[in-house]
Amino acid sequence: MIRFRKLARATAALTTPLTAEDFLALFNPVYSSRQLRGIVTRVEHETEDSATIYFRPGHGWHAHQAGQWARIGVELNGVRQWRSYSLSNAAGHDPAITVTDAGSVSHVLVRDTKPGDVLFLAPPQGDFVLPEHPRSLLMLTAGSGITPVMSMIRTLVPRRPDANVVLINSNSTPEKSLFREELDELADQFPNLTVRHWFTSARGRLQFTAQTIADLCPDWRTRAAYACGPEGFLDDAEELWEREAALEQSRTVPDVTTGAETQGVRTGTLTIERFSTDLTAGDGHDGGLVTFEQSDREVQADGDTPLLDIGEDAGVLMPSGCRMGICHSCLIPLRAGQVRDLRSGELHNTPGQLIQTCVSAAAGPVNLDL
Amino acid sequence: MTTTATRPGALAASGHPLVRPDAAKHLTDEQVEELGRELDAVRDEVLAKRGATDAAYIRRVIKLQRSLEFAGRGTLLFAKYKPAFFAGTAMLSLAKIMENMEIGHNVLHGQWDWMRDPDIHSTTWEWDFVTPARSWQHTHNDLHHRWTNVIGKDRDIGYNLLRMDPDQPWKPFNLGNPLYNAILAPVFEWGIALYDLEIPEYKEGLKSKEDMNRDLKAVGVKVVKQFSKDYAATPAVAMLTGSGKQALYGTLAANAIRNFWAHAVIFCGHFPDGTDTFTEEEVDGETRGDWYVRQMIGSANISGSKLMHFMTGNLSHQIEHHCFPDLPSNRYAEVAVKVREICNRYGLPYTTGPLPKQVGSTWAKIFKLALPPRKAKAATA
Repeated sequence: MIRFRKLARATAALTTPLTAEDFLALFNPVYSSRQLRGIVTRVEHETEDSATIYFRPGHGWHAHQAGQWARIGVELNGVRQWRSYSLSNAAGHDPAITVTDAGSVSHVLVRDTKPGDVLFLAPPQGDFVLPEHPRSLLMLTAGSGITPVMSMIRTLVPRRPDANVVLINSNSTPEKSLFREELDELADQFPNLTVRHWFTSARGRLQFTAQTIADLCPDWRTRAAYACGPEGFLDDAEELWEREAALEQSRTVPDVTTGAETQGVRTGTLTIERFSTDLTAGDGHDGGLVTFEQSDREVQADGDTPLLDIGEDAGVLMPSGCRMGICHSCLIPLRAGQVRDLRSGELHNTPGQLIQTCVSAAAGPVNLDL
Repeated sequence: MTTTATRPGALAASGHPLVRPDAAKHLTDEQVEELGRELDAVRDEVLAKRGATDAAYIRRVIKLQRSLEFAGRGTLLFAKYKPAFFAGTAMLSLAKIMENMEIGHNVLHGQWDWMRDPDIHSTTWEWDFVTPARSWQHTHNDLHHRWTNVIGKDRDIGYNLLRMDPDQPWKPFNLGNPLYNAILAPVFEWGIALYDLEIPEYKEGLKSKEDMNRDLKAVGVKVVKQFSKDYAATPAVAMLTGSGKQALYGTLAANAIRNFWAHAVIFCGHFPDGTDTFTEEEVDGETRGDWYVRQMIGSANISGSKLMHFMTGNLSHQIEHHCFPDLPSNRYAEVAVKVREICNRYGLPYTTGPLPKQVGSTWAKIFKLALPPRKAKAATA
C-alpha cells in the first residue's frame, strides 16, 4: 500500500492536475482521487421488496463493527443521492447492506443493482454496537430494523458460546420477515440464541408493557437491550424502559452513610438506533435567502426545507450523512444569519457555530461557509 | 466576490436600460420582457430533461480524453521513432483541446454541478492550463459573463493587449495589434494566466495586495507543475528510450497546437463582424430580457459539423452559451434552433459563420483597429 502511494505521488509529476487514480479509473472504476467507491460483487434478494448487496470497497474503507452503518451513494437520473444503510453481515466479513424498497434511493438499490455496479461510499460509523464485555442481551426489532441487529447476531452467536441473546422480531407477516429462515436456523444450531417472532397481522401491534415483554423474555430486566425499528416502535420501547427506571427510582432508598444503593432487580440499559426523525418544527415559519459563500450561490429557501436539500438543489457540494441529525457529517459553519433546528424549533445564530444542515432550515437570511 | 447587483436574479424587474442598444431599438419594453420569458422557458425545458444521458455524455468525454492523454503521452515516450512522435503529438494535442474546452471550460462554468459528483464539479476541478481554475473563474465567469462586451467593464475585449473595438481609444501602441495577436496565439495559455492576475486592476487600486499575493502564489505553484509535467518529467522519462529531446518537441507542439486552436475559437466568440459592444448606459437598468438581448447580439457562433462543435467545446454555440452559461454543453445544439428562431422573430441579429470566415473577420478587425480612426486623426492633427 505504502509503495503504491509513493508511486502515485511520483507519477503525479506526469499527471498533474489529475492524479494517478484518475487514470487508473480508466481500467478499474473503484479508483478515484476524491470519492471512496465500491464494486458490487453479489446481489441476493431476501423478501419480495428487499435485497442484500455485497460490495468490495476501495482504499479508504475500514472494517465495520457489528451494528454500524455506512453512507451509500447512487445516481438517480444522473444526480448523486446519498442515504445511510446498516451493514447486515458479520464483522470481519466483506461488507453488505440489506435494503428494503421504501424510497427513491432504496428502490434503485433493490431493483436495479447488479454485480459490477459502482457504489459511492463513506466508511462505516455509528455507536449502535455490541457491548465491550459479553453479557445477556435482548434485541427488539421491527421491520428492516433487524438489519444492524442481524450483523450483531451473526458476529456474536456462532463465535461466542458464552453469549446469550434473545431476539424479539416484529414483522407484519412471515413473508415480510427479513432473515427469518437464517434466524431460525441459527436458533436451532446455537443454544445461546432465542428468537421470538411477532407477526402483527396475527397478533396485532407489539405492546410495550412489562407483562408482554416478560411473556416473551422473562428475564428482560437483567439484559442489556438494543432496539431498532420505526419511530413509534422505538418511542414505545423507550417509554417502557423510562417507566421502569422511574419505578425503581421510587423504590430505591439510597443508603447515605455508605453511598451504596439497595440492590434489587435493576432494569438494564436500552440502546436505540433510529431510522427517521420528526422534522416538523419548521412548519409555518418563514425562511430566507441562503448564501453559500465559497460556492458563490444564493437561493431563496422556505422555513421547513433542510439547508442540505436547498444546497444540493442549487448544485452545491454539500457534505451529508444520515440526513436525520445523528451523524454530524453535514456540519457547516454559520457565517451570519439564523437557522431553526427542525426537530426542536430551537434557533441558532452564533457566527462560527457548526450547523447540522440536514435538520436545520433558514430562519431569515443565512450565510454558510461553504 | 464583487457586487450582486448584476446577477440575473437582481436585474431590474421591469422598465428598460438608460439606452437600449441600436440592434434592439425597435423593441418595446413589453416585447423585451416577453423575449426574456421565452428564453427562460427554453432554459427550463432543458433543466426538465437534463439527467442520466447527460451525465453519461460527460463521463464518456472525460474517459475518451483521459485515454487519449494516457496514450498520447505514453506514445511520446518513444518519440525518437517518427510515427510515435506524430501519433503521440496528435493524440496529446487532441486530449489537451478536449480537456480545456469541452471539459474544463464547461465544468468550471458549473454546467455539471447538478450531478453532485465531487469529481466533476466547478468547485473542485483543476485544468491542464497554466492559469489556476479559480482565478480564471473570477475573470471569466464573474466578470466577462456578467459584463459581456461592455466597454470599460469587460476586459476580455482585447485582454488589455489588443484594441478590439473602435470605442477603445487609439494609442500608438496599438500599431502592433496584428503582431501582438500573432505572438499571443501560440502562447495563449500564458497570456491568459497573465491576464487573470489582473495587473491593471491592481495598479488602479481595484485589487488588494493580499488578493494579488494569493493569486501570484497560486499561479506560481501551477506554473511549476504545468511546466515540469510537459517540459521536464515527460522528456525525462522519455530519455529512458533515448527520446528525451523528441518528447520535449512533442509536448511543446501539443501545447502550441492547443493554444492556436483555443485562441482562434475564443476570438470568434465576440470579435467577428456583426457582434455589438455596449456602453455602461446600455446596461444601466437592464431587465432580464435586456440582459439576454445583450448576450445574443454581443456574441457570434461558428457553424460546422458535430465534430467541429465538439472540438470547440461547443463554444461554437457562443450565443447559446452566453444566454445559458450553466446549461450542459451537449444541449447547446438543440437550444440553438430555438434561440435562432427567437432572434429572427424579434428582428435581432444572430451572427454565425464557418470558422475560416469568422477567423478572417476577427483578423481583419485586428488589422483595421491597429490604425487610428480617420475622423479622430483629422480632429487631433
